[in-house]
Amino acid sequence: MSDEEDIILSELSDDELVPQMHDDLYDGLKEEIEESVNILLERGWQPYDVLTKALVEGMRIVGIDFRDGILFVPEVLLAANAMKGGMAILKPLLAETGAPRLGNMVIGTVKGDIHDIGKNLVTMMMEGAGFEVVDLGINNPVENYIEALESGEFDILGMSALLTTTMPYMKVVIDTMVEKGMRDDYTVLVGGAPLNEEFGKAIGADAYCRDAAVAVETAKEFMAKKHNQMSA
Amino acid sequence: MLVDDHTLTEEGLDARGGDPARVLVLACGALAREILALFKINKWDHMDLTCLPAKYHLYPEKIVDAVEQAVAKHCETYSQIFIAYADCGTGGLLQAKCEELGVEMIAGPHCYSFFEGNEVFAQTSEDEITAFYLTDFLVKQFDAFIMKPMGLDRHPELRDMYFGNYTKMVYQAQTNDPALDAKAVECAAKLGLPLERRFTGYGDLQAALAEIKAPD
Repeated sequence: MSDEEDIILSELSDDELVPQMHDDLYDGLKEEIEESVNILLERGWQPYDVLTKALVEGMRIVGIDFRDGILFVPEVLLAANAMKGGMAILKPLLAETGAPRLGNMVIGTVKGDIHDIGKNLVTMMMEGAGFEVVDLGINNPVENYIEALESGEFDILGMSALLTTTMPYMKVVIDTMVEKGMRDDYTVLVGGAPLNEEFGKAIGADAYCRDAAVAVETAKEFMAKKHNQMSA
Repeated sequence: MLVDDHTLTEEGLDARGGDPARVLVLACGALAREILALFKINKWDHMDLTCLPAKYHLYPEKIVDAVEQAVAKHCETYSQIFIAYADCGTGGLLQAKCEELGVEMIAGPHCYSFFEGNEVFAQTSEDEITAFYLTDFLVKQFDAFIMKPMGLDRHPELRDMYFGNYTKMVYQAQTNDPALDAKAVECAAKLGLPLERRFTGYGDLQAALAEIKAPD
């Protein structure tokens, strides 16, 4: 999607710069994204608008082309890396400016598993969508999840696994939540390459999410249901 | 003569014909050389081999349908078919499909496990979750399975995003081949990981195939 000619980002109007940022995200150009984020902020844009209109929208396009088999994992990782650069600038500003919060999430890769690419993508996309995410990292025993959930006001638990041998551990976590009487207090989302919808149902998760974009949409749906129930 | 590794990766291997008096082993292309070596060493003349493309290793979601189609294709001409796959990232779906089709498959989560021996692997894997495994085939096809599909040939900066949590590469050697040992050293260097070479031979693959008897 990139043009051969050099583009001076600061010379572009807002209407030109935002689509250019979508292109730069698509092409995984981290430095250009960081520069453009700073340009928009200097022009008086609210951090939340930069995040949603430029970065999240750009990643939404990347997500669609990943789902449709036009982009592959390496390109998505490069795009994510570029978005991460932009997010690093915006995150402290978002906290200061009181950007809207959709909900709070704990996420982690399960015990015995060190794979975190998918989890990291979900974390970033959830943060971009307005969720506060506590990332427990990799190789988490059940105690880590329970301790984290009990440490604050959380709505969603996300668990990730890449291995056939580690994915059953998700059931250990959910069963422990049931034993402790806390299962119904949270929406449990699961994901990872060897998982499928049947597995998600069988272990008692609320939903299986096949990619980061689906995770965000699913989380939003569950949060909307929760709010509707509370206001009913 | 067996086709080259590139063909095994991309296309697999056709069965040589069809014979109700023989058993067809339907395998991952990554196991072709090892299975043919076992046929030869053990004089298992009652088995034929056909392989699906080894690249399905990268897309486990394709394995179940491809196995089902291959079984449908060959069940008219072979009275018995054995599936030389472990779970291989299918999340139990391959096992369920094999049960539905009435065919046996190899036990274990993946080839790294059955080469090492499923029992041993299950005991040690908890201490080795940060190990990245290669077999003879994967050493030979390292670029096709790792460097290119992960984009590391074009974007080496992605290496730590993929492999930052790994602490070592374990080369499970099925054969003693100094050329492969040297290539494994290169592979480990590309990922920036220390290398441990571990001779496994054919592990549980041999035991699983030894159970297959000629049809009556």
